[in-house]
Amino acid sequence: MNASFSFLNNIKSFFTEIGDLSSFAGRYFREVVTPPFEFKELLKQCYNMGNKSLLLVSVTGFILGLVFTLQSRPTLLEFGAVAWMPSMISISIVREIGPVIIALICAGRIGSGIGAELGSMRVTEQIDAMEVSGTNPFKFLVVTRILAATLMLPLLIFVGDFIALIGSAIIENIKGSVSFQLYFNQAFDALEFSDILPATLKSFFFGFAIGLVGCFKGYYSKKGTAGVGRASNSAVVFTSMLLFIIDFIAVFISDIFY
Amino acid sequence: MNSTQFDTTKPVLEIKNLHKSFGDLHVLKGFNLKLYEGENLVLMGKSGSGKSVLIKCMVGLLEPDEGSVEILGKNIEGLSRKEMDVLRTNIGFLFQGSALYDSMTVRENLEFPLRRHLKTQDLKDTDDLVLEALTNVGLAESIDLMPEELSGGMQRRIALARALILKPKIILYDEPTTGLDPITSKEIIELMSNIQKKYKTSSLIITHDVDCARVVSNRMILILDGVNYIEGTFKELQVSDDPKVKAFFK
Repeated sequence: MNASFSFLNNIKSFFTEIGDLSSFAGRYFREVVTPPFEFKELLKQCYNMGNKSLLLVSVTGFILGLVFTLQSRPTLLEFGAVAWMPSMISISIVREIGPVIIALICAGRIGSGIGAELGSMRVTEQIDAMEVSGTNPFKFLVVTRILAATLMLPLLIFVGDFIALIGSAIIENIKGSVSFQLYFNQAFDALEFSDILPATLKSFFFGFAIGLVGCFKGYYSKKGTAGVGRASNSAVVFTSMLLFIIDFIAVFISDIFY
Repeated sequence: MNSTQFDTTKPVLEIKNLHKSFGDLHVLKGFNLKLYEGENLVLMGKSGSGKSVLIKCMVGLLEPDEGSVEILGKNIEGLSRKEMDVLRTNIGFLFQGSALYDSMTVRENLEFPLRRHLKTQDLKDTDDLVLEALTNVGLAESIDLMPEELSGGMQRRIALARALILKPKIILYDEPTTGLDPITSKEIIELMSNIQKKYKTSSLIITHDVDCARVVSNRMILILDGVNYIEGTFKELQVSDDPKVKAFFK
């Protein structure tokens, strides 16, 4: 009885949180189009998110390319289809694996960072100080971070995908004596508009989700250092789940159109 | 400071019958207050008596359940965000924990309110205003430091400089000496007195610190269980026979 009661409570609080998150997103859409615009802070956040995530995304992308190629090679060899390797890798990485893996990495790097930063600002009354100084903290802190994450994620995914292809090309060059030129010719020939467009569009949504959840968790973080930790942690967990839901919806829709 | 005269016909801040609850917890139960032009009013009370809730209701950080808050003749209820932001430029707020923006330097902390509220043609004076505010608190040399490089007392002074930078008519101090050593507390109290003399501001000071109350107050209100318990000058309250009042001065 107790277990089912607790389960129902969890379900209820989950939907309450979804409701609060939706209202938070609604406020974002209202505030993002109304002046004043915080361009300087937006650029600062773009720099922070883009530049500081670049190394992590590059290393992840490179290892992804290496591992994916090494794991796929024996199977393709068995079927005599190793010549398809560049096409298979490029389509898989650009359409699905690259965006999802890099978005998950960014959820950890960017989402938790936003959650912890805003959470600690809430706890130390910096957000209140901003409010009483006559500045709209939602516009200055939340709008700029969500917008920066939305803009930077597609760029980071683009870089990550490209570096993953470089990693894959290195393995193919070593194991299969395929030249870099031939590898990239085959990899890019295989890619079509219908591969790139849905992936790019969904990467904007991934960025939006990372920024939105990180800001939501941090902005409404409860008092105390434990609250900051919880905000940071739940930002990553909630965003990761949301990324898979967005991915499913994106794949479902692109399957209808293409 | 106690002998300073102030004009009792001109309240700059007036609170009438303020109520605020959080669920079943009734924090403010009909609190009333008038702060006059040029006055230093000290509000004392036990922890949990609703002092911080009260000060947050005054600046619109919390919405009261009942009652009214009038600042410079304007009832804050029903003000638009823009109107409230303009009104807030007349109020300086010193937070208990200083609340400096830790991702910004001291200069940027002080420039932050200026850049939002000064007209474009006045922005070139920003450097002078920042320097003037820092000189007032004796920390002009800290201009390019980050908050983490400052001691607690220095952070409190910078926060005071930030609260003063727009030359507000009212300053609200939320426990200005809490967490500071006695010497630094004394410096902060002295600074508050000097600022009042120099800028003729009206101040509401929430504090537990009897020394602070003695030095800065023109008038004191004791808040107990969310209502005004007693009101008077420091000297009047100090000699009161009421055991609850006596407890504060022990």
